[in-house]
Amino acid sequence: MEPVTMAKAINLSLRDALAGDDDVLVFGEDVGTLGGVFRITDGLQKAFGSDRVFDTPLAESAIIGICIGLALRGFKPVPEIQFDGFIYPAFDQIVSHVAKYRNRTGVSMPITIRVPFGGRIGAVEHHSESPEAYFTHTAGLKVVAPSTPGDAYALLQSAIADPDPVIFFEPKARYYLKEEIDTAKEVPIGQARVARGGSGVTVIAYGPTVGIALDAAKAAEKENISLEVIDLRSLSPLDMPTILASLQKTHRAIVVHEAPVFGGFGGEIVARIADDGFDLLEAPIARIGGMDTPYPPARYEKLYLPDVDRILEAADLALAYG
Amino acid sequence: MADVVRVVAADDPVRPLFSPAGELTADARGTLGLSPDELRDLYHKMVWIRRTDQEALNLQRQGELGLWGPYQGQEAIHVGTVAALRPTDWIFPSYREFGMGMCRGIDPAEMLTLFRGLSHGPWDPRRYHFAPLVIPVASQVPHAVGMAMGSRFKHGDDVVLSTFGDGATSKGDWHEAMNFAGVFRAPVVFLCQNNRWAISVPLAKQTAGSIAERAQGYGFPGIRIDGNDVLAVLAAVRAAAARARQGDGPYLIEAMTYRMGPHTTSDDPTRYRSETDLERWNVKDPIPRYREWLQGQGLIDEASLAAINREVETAVEATRNRLKSAPVPAAGEAIFGRVYQHPPDSFLEERQEFESSLESN
Repeated sequence: MEPVTMAKAINLSLRDALAGDDDVLVFGEDVGTLGGVFRITDGLQKAFGSDRVFDTPLAESAIIGICIGLALRGFKPVPEIQFDGFIYPAFDQIVSHVAKYRNRTGVSMPITIRVPFGGRIGAVEHHSESPEAYFTHTAGLKVVAPSTPGDAYALLQSAIADPDPVIFFEPKARYYLKEEIDTAKEVPIGQARVARGGSGVTVIAYGPTVGIALDAAKAAEKENISLEVIDLRSLSPLDMPTILASLQKTHRAIVVHEAPVFGGFGGEIVARIADDGFDLLEAPIARIGGMDTPYPPARYEKLYLPDVDRILEAADLALAYG
Repeated sequence: MADVVRVVAADDPVRPLFSPAGELTADARGTLGLSPDELRDLYHKMVWIRRTDQEALNLQRQGELGLWGPYQGQEAIHVGTVAALRPTDWIFPSYREFGMGMCRGIDPAEMLTLFRGLSHGPWDPRRYHFAPLVIPVASQVPHAVGMAMGSRFKHGDDVVLSTFGDGATSKGDWHEAMNFAGVFRAPVVFLCQNNRWAISVPLAKQTAGSIAERAQGYGFPGIRIDGNDVLAVLAAVRAAAARARQGDGPYLIEAMTYRMGPHTTSDDPTRYRSETDLERWNVKDPIPRYREWLQGQGLIDEASLAAINREVETAVEATRNRLKSAPVPAAGEAIFGRVYQHPPDSFLEERQEFESSLESN
């Protein structure tokens, strides 16, 4: 297969899910005729008709709210929230109903909510946010964030097939990254991958920060520092065995995400390591993320977001500790 | 403005059944086609759900229930609505539609476990086509629209009834759902139970305009009717459901009624409303009103009224006994059992730790 972008891989995954199961529905703002503002749903309405792939009115709460009724009827809704910063009007439906409906009624909610997320695209306000921690904090949801075209394809297949609701965060800065993909490869929810092997410091990343972590590992190699990069892929559930196996080798860890550090998902990773791997540690765990400010105007986002230098600096500190 | 859907009289099969004041016309009442048994059954059900409401209030006072939200005064809507629909038509209730659930065949003792702190709503909604009682106001309205859109996509012949109170019409979810329904021409009947109170806030402070007339703005018809007349409710819901069933889209019914009790047992209405208001609505109480109508028609006599009361007392006693002997599910299952269909390993570990800690205590 020719190399494809992550955008195309997600498109193919949606296409295969629609073709494989008549109960899969794709809908949201501009996803039909236009094919989505990022063209992720390009051509799907034409291929599957406007009863299965359709534009909705501009109303995020109802886009998620209708999923409950559709799921009760046996559909597998795959709604799109156009941008990370527009998910908040749907927050009540997600937290009060999507996450809790099975607990309330015993009826499963096979809903996959796709959300382009993260920054580094030079956008205006509300288009670069990382709201994942709101959802990892909510019982009843599963939360995933792929970083490569192949994982995006496979993880979306797993999410749509999962009987429980999944928030599927797509790192929009990586939409146009290309690679060959194997559509037969399965990526179950809850399995991290070692994106690059190493022995000095473990760098734990997901979604948009995996690329930065890999760049940092390449740069570190020139200085004879070996970084192991873990791509979590799934935030909830969290693959602690893969993280702990890496720490058995490195005894040092850095967590990298774009979201602000205070109350961010990195805190959960660090706390879990402290619970289950305290004795493995030879240095404090560094958290690298956005600042504890609202996302800045685009001119300043490079200063706000994690970068290679911040990871290298944290790696140096971890190795020099003690 | 050619794109705008204009609601025209020919598209409204409900309005001809009603006077401008929202009263069911004598002609319409005469052509409902209900048998004497069916007409008596409506009365029987209203008495049964009211008596169960009172019993639940007593059970709350005795400490058997943690909370109760009475629906006294709204029985005509509960009974008339369910009678107007097919059993396969879905109902999406708010938290006060306990009587509707009873009319759908759900065991009231089972439903009461929700107020006894044993469940969040134990019945399978698919068995009764009755969604769970939903507490966040108006948030259930989009669920109903999703179900109705699904009916259309599957070419089903079922329709959906979405019910909510006057307070719900202030919420964004209500607007979003009404708009979706109009755009997708979803087979859904919206039923506003305008009981004039949202806890302590009266209708006048809730909304400045007409709720029923808002339907026009969403591209479908709406009507305000007398919600304390069981036959009026039945006629309106039936006609609106028939219209939706034949593919003509949504309808909004605003049924005027009155919440005769407190919002819940935690509420004290004496702080915000007067006895005179209540007395005014006592006169319109749907149960004596309908009984008098049945008597006037010669459809019910003292013996059958006494028989109904006896049957209801027996049923309520049985409900009370079933509730008090309802098993208390094991804590592990109650807390963890239904969260995920495919629970993550870490979740199962937490459950196991919790269950072991219970055993060791």
